[in-house]
Amino acid sequence: MRYLPKSPADREAMLKAIGLRSVDDLFAPIPAEYRLDRDLKIPRQMAESEIVDFFKQRSRENGDGYTSFLGAGAYFHYRPVIIDSLISRGEFLTAYTPYQAEISQGTLQSIFEFQTMICELTGMEVANASMYDGSTAAAEAVMMAVRLTGRRSVVVARSLHPEYREVLATYATHQGMPLAVAGFGADGRLNLKELEKSITAETAAVLIQSPNFFGTIEDVAAVAEIAHKHGAMLVVSIAEAVSLGIVEPPREADIIAMEAQSFGVPMGFGGPYCGVIATREKFVRQMPGRLVGQTTDKHGNRGFVLTLATREQHIRREKATSNICTNQALVALMVNIFMTVYGKIGLKELAKQNLAKTAYAAGQFAKHGKVLFGGAPRFNEFVVETSQDPYAINSRLLGHKMVGGLPLKKFYPELGNAALWCCTELTTRSAIDTAVGLVAESERSVRPAKEEVEEVAR
Amino acid sequence: MKRMTRKATRHVNQNEGLIFEKSSAGKAAWKLPPLDVPEVDTAALLGVAERKDLGSMPEVSEIEIIRHFTRLSTWNYAIDLGMYPLGSCTMKYNPRVNEHVARVEGIANGHPYQPEKISQGALHILKTLSECLLEITGMDAITLQPAAGAHGEMTGLLMVRAYHHSKGNARKKILIPDSAHGTNPATAAMVNYAVENLKSDSRGMVDIAALEAQMSEDVAALMLTNPNTLGVFEQDIHKIADILHAKGGLLYMDGANMNALVGKARPGDFGVDVMHLNLHKTFSTPHGGGGPGSGPVAIKKALEPFLPRPVVVTKPDGTLGFDYDRPQSVGRVRAFYGNFGMFVRALAYIQANGPDGLRRTTEDAVLNANYIRKGLEGTYDLPYATPTMHEVVFSDKVQAKKGVRTMDIAKRLIDYGFHPYTTAFPLIVPGAMMIEPTESESKEEMDLFIEAMKSIADEVEEDPQTVLDAPHSTRVSRLDETAAARKPVLRWKPTA
Repeated sequence: MRYLPKSPADREAMLKAIGLRSVDDLFAPIPAEYRLDRDLKIPRQMAESEIVDFFKQRSRENGDGYTSFLGAGAYFHYRPVIIDSLISRGEFLTAYTPYQAEISQGTLQSIFEFQTMICELTGMEVANASMYDGSTAAAEAVMMAVRLTGRRSVVVARSLHPEYREVLATYATHQGMPLAVAGFGADGRLNLKELEKSITAETAAVLIQSPNFFGTIEDVAAVAEIAHKHGAMLVVSIAEAVSLGIVEPPREADIIAMEAQSFGVPMGFGGPYCGVIATREKFVRQMPGRLVGQTTDKHGNRGFVLTLATREQHIRREKATSNICTNQALVALMVNIFMTVYGKIGLKELAKQNLAKTAYAAGQFAKHGKVLFGGAPRFNEFVVETSQDPYAINSRLLGHKMVGGLPLKKFYPELGNAALWCCTELTTRSAIDTAVGLVAESERSVRPAKEEVEEVAR
Repeated sequence: MKRMTRKATRHVNQNEGLIFEKSSAGKAAWKLPPLDVPEVDTAALLGVAERKDLGSMPEVSEIEIIRHFTRLSTWNYAIDLGMYPLGSCTMKYNPRVNEHVARVEGIANGHPYQPEKISQGALHILKTLSECLLEITGMDAITLQPAAGAHGEMTGLLMVRAYHHSKGNARKKILIPDSAHGTNPATAAMVNYAVENLKSDSRGMVDIAALEAQMSEDVAALMLTNPNTLGVFEQDIHKIADILHAKGGLLYMDGANMNALVGKARPGDFGVDVMHLNLHKTFSTPHGGGGPGSGPVAIKKALEPFLPRPVVVTKPDGTLGFDYDRPQSVGRVRAFYGNFGMFVRALAYIQANGPDGLRRTTEDAVLNANYIRKGLEGTYDLPYATPTMHEVVFSDKVQAKKGVRTMDIAKRLIDYGFHPYTTAFPLIVPGAMMIEPTESESKEEMDLFIEAMKSIADEVEEDPQTVLDAPHSTRVSRLDETAAARKPVLRWKPTA
């Protein structure tokens, strides 16, 4: 086996040194009836060339070469080449959690820079080293608000990513945390009247997403005012990090739970991504996850360490702020490098291109279908309502190696034939024009039988 | 340094400030293509939501970024540099073909919501990995959704709770041995179970009499790591399972130490009902400085209805798809389907090994731990004489007499060119030194390690201060953690 650095003679010598006759003696502690005396029934040992072939084949079966208009929590942005050059360095790739600070200063300083840039972009005072993803970060942020307020119930915007809502529901089940859902208005934003009605003296947190699941930018100040008036905390989820280049961050929030995938992380069929929680300094002791802090060594040199560990499971066990241990460090490093590459000016220009492409696409679609939620500003996603089932439209697009917008009826039956479309800086005008043309053509054509549609597109 | 080490030599590395200290207006490392649609008036589109300024975000060139992170990287220790004997962390070689295949276009860029028709490649990977892991563990069903080991624990206990609830009583508590990882009790609390500690016996194993006394119909499950954190296989595992099952409880296995068992014994065969795996330990996906991980949870048939949504299924037409219609599911624990990129790497690792390779890997891991045990026995105190599997736990009892503790010895190891072992864990061993070499170490590397550990033991006798002041060869000496926690500085700020 090519990963094992021992010759048969080495093994013999080692067994002899230990005073054993055979390798089987090493496994004597396992009761005989539980020792496996056969080969595992798994694929045979493969050569590297065969492994590469296997995955290339899988790649061909996995949408390779399609132009996509999907967003909805996973965004296709350009990834500068140097991200992979740098994260492939073994010193980053194959290091453990930086508990031994003296030989982990590289990881520690890069996390410190990551925390700084996340604060800078979100307008918060402290950010942690990462969470699993945006969905679990949102759930943990809400639990943090529950601890901080001593209250239990939560109001969640229906315009929050539906899968984030599902994750929160799972986390909340056994925490005795009642969840109320507040709907959206005709402009796609959180319905403030519904929020007022749902919020009570027991509400620990109001959780919204901005830009929300429909790409619409929420009126965060107005939501914050209502939440704070009732003594609740405002938790804002940000799923499309690139928006922070041109959209004012939710500074009125008490906690921000972010998904940073857009910053240089491949879509990778849904993971690994990079969640982050950012908040005010005064709330830091209830924050879950790792934190890096600056300090000095005995000679006065600047150095960095993992700090405030008394919040964490390896110290506090069942009294910890969370059970999180392993986070998404290497993915956070991708995000860090991306933020460094684009920086102060590039992030703004990148976000402006996203805005421009989306404005153009929404304008073109509006000529042939109905673009919903026009009453509020949006970033790089928009909702198109068609007379036809969007699954039917998408199956037509698939034939042209295009993946159309996400049909919303699965998550929002009330939106009928609506689909969520996304454009980024990588979406070309010609792709937009082709897609708009195909949708228009489809709208003019005869509607196919429903069963056939579901067969093809799902 | 008074003693010379054969493993390492001091060499120059570069100083490097924070990236913000290199920033100045007008430098750039990016270039966007010309816009092919009309420019927009951002103020008109966004109104008050328009952001005007990005504060102190850096402005630097590409070469500066390359040098910045390359320099930082040289301040890290890594598996690629040498032995990383952190107990319970399984710091094994991270094969590069794994990284290569994870970056193949359709695998790296698949969108989680693209139609199933054009997701067959990803679904095939999910299914094949699931089947391999089920065969390896001897379990009946699996979810790959959890993002890390602790997340897997939570998912497993949610299923335990749902199972008991379906029988009419969700029960109140989880039994956890005193040698367990901190995530176990923290997880039980997240699922709203009370934690009851279970003490170990003189062999370092679960005290059967104590378990019998503490087991009741209030106990939902026992969370057991096997081999446990002493590297000891729980020989009474069958009895433990029987005691739990007799009162309707479940046996949860923390699979952190699965590297001792793959291809040699299967948890499903010795009574485990629920377990998680750490793909970033046993299955070679890189630790990356703290993540990402992946924590699949494998279960017995009785718990299958409670798996997180969605589940991969073969449809009547033979293609693969996701089944969301799972009325008894515990719900979703993460958006999308889990850390898919880690599944790709773990599957590539399993393929590179095959059944023979995986078995040999486990044998070498256990051989290595026993070789180190033999080499250091007599020099360091071995608190439990019970046979060792994949890791061995010594204590600093002998060296503590000179005022030198486990952390000091660990820091001194750095000067000898090694990453320290795990210190002060498990909690049942005062001054614990927990060593897990994994299968990735050659005899030569381990001989150097043994030599270094013996040399440090000599230093403790002759010149303890050298050990107490270690490390001497690093960029920074021991850092003031107390000051860091008392007045936290958690971000850089521009000087006014």
